[in-house]
Amino acid sequence: MTTTTKPAAPVTAATAARRPGSGALALRQGRLEITQFLRSRESVVFTMGFPIIMILIFAAIFSDEIAPGVSYTQYFITGMIATGLMTVSFQNLGIWIPIERDRGVLKRYRGTPMPKWVWFAGKVIMVVVIGIAETVLLLAVSVAMFDLDLPQTTAKWLTFAWVSVLGVTACTLCGIAISSLARTARSGSAVVTPVALVLQFISGVFFVFTSLPTWMQQVAAIFPLKWMCQGLRSVFLPDSFGAREPGGSFELGTVALVLSAWCVIGLVLCLTTFRWTTKRDG
Amino acid sequence: MENELAISVRGLRKAYGDNVAVASVDLDVHRGEVFALLGPNGAGKTTTVEILEGYRQRDAGEVRVLGADPAHPDAGWRSRVGIVLQGTGEFDELTVSEVVRHFSGFYPEADDPDKVVERVGLGAKAKARTHTLSGGQKRRLDVALGIIGRPELLFLDEPTTGFDPEARREFWELIRDLSAAGTTIVLTTHYLDEAEALADRVGVIAAGRVIEVAPPNALGNRQESLATVSWRTPDGTLASAETATPTALVYDLAARFGGEVPGLTVTRPTLEDVYLRMIGHS
Repeated sequence: MTTTTKPAAPVTAATAARRPGSGALALRQGRLEITQFLRSRESVVFTMGFPIIMILIFAAIFSDEIAPGVSYTQYFITGMIATGLMTVSFQNLGIWIPIERDRGVLKRYRGTPMPKWVWFAGKVIMVVVIGIAETVLLLAVSVAMFDLDLPQTTAKWLTFAWVSVLGVTACTLCGIAISSLARTARSGSAVVTPVALVLQFISGVFFVFTSLPTWMQQVAAIFPLKWMCQGLRSVFLPDSFGAREPGGSFELGTVALVLSAWCVIGLVLCLTTFRWTTKRDG
Repeated sequence: MENELAISVRGLRKAYGDNVAVASVDLDVHRGEVFALLGPNGAGKTTTVEILEGYRQRDAGEVRVLGADPAHPDAGWRSRVGIVLQGTGEFDELTVSEVVRHFSGFYPEADDPDKVVERVGLGAKAKARTHTLSGGQKRRLDVALGIIGRPELLFLDEPTTGFDPEARREFWELIRDLSAAGTTIVLTTHYLDEAEALADRVGVIAAGRVIEVAPPNALGNRQESLATVSWRTPDGTLASAETATPTALVYDLAARFGGEVPGLTVTRPTLEDVYLRMIGHS
């Protein structure tokens, strides 16, 4: 048989529908990521359930008031919201991306014409949607069971929104960045879990922040979680509580600055260190 | 039409530290051809193919794949190249049909997902989660994802490893179909019968070099090799002779036995004999 007698590949214009635009591709990717997340029972239980379980435990332990008319639940809800947002972004990505990299899922995407950013956009959409759902669930449980007071003014809701968005963005980028540290599928959670746990302890998630040793408060102030908690305290606690913060106020300007800085650091790390394949894959 | 060559490689070299995986590979693959790359483990097959697929960067050499340098793959080029990798990237939580449909969205000229699922023999498994598939079925899903974009050029890295004989035959039919429709196919394989059944030409690679390229029946001067004629002598023992003129010998024997020659066989070296001799020499 000769090698040049076969017909050339058919070039027909009237084929299946044209490829969706880039924006539509990102939405499809986001929908796929959400579907995968929701079908993975472990993800749903541990990522979405964790903050709710924690608030149930905390409300049972600290049933009294931190100040007249302000329950401990009102204080701890801020830490639980921040933790929940960090879990769904930083931990979720830091654990799952190494698994997908190890399985060759990322390598397979790289072999398609999909623009690289679409894959990242899919992860971000998943984090945002799951983060909102989980926060709403947490607030609903707290309002129903522990008489949580929701923010009363538009300004406070706006603060709630920008602190959450900046915080989730920083944690998402850091989660993607830290995923490249794990060499195998299994080591993702070994890398991420201790980091998350230590941050939760020193950032005032489980304790009243100002009751922590000063040096610990200073270490925590380097990382985003402390500032997410502080920003959320300004939303859920009376304005008078600002005076109890280490800086004498809620320091919303500093919150914005530190979280933005972490977004930049995370983005730079992502762009410089992200790997689509495992080390042994070259 | 750019030219008759789908792939052109000159002096390709790739080393990992001191380990030279590909020493110097020269290779031409014509449009519309089925080309098999044969070689022992560690010979440089996968490294070579992954450079052609745009996954790895080369150290030296000229490489053109569909008229472009695969070191800088763009979306247009990616949409013309189909890839079936050696390792499978699994999407445990999704169904066969969901995965194929999702990937179809990445390609401008995508085929109908249901048709492709049917074509690779997964029609009955379309609604099954991918983690319930057998090894051979997962491989078919890989192939489905490789051909969903209706590629001009399809790479298959050891596609039938783990298939039972029947599944391999079905797979070969699929490859012949694709080839008949004009797709250029490059496959690596350990199975000599697979190369013989499918390939227009075979390239044997050993120790990072291509040592011969020929149609399977001409490899290692197979057609000109001495034939082995064997028969049973009147006292019942087996006799055999190597000869360049087997017909004459058989004619002689027929005359000597006065008709039928007991236990007569005439054989030439199999592809496996030739191949083992070639890689043994290198």
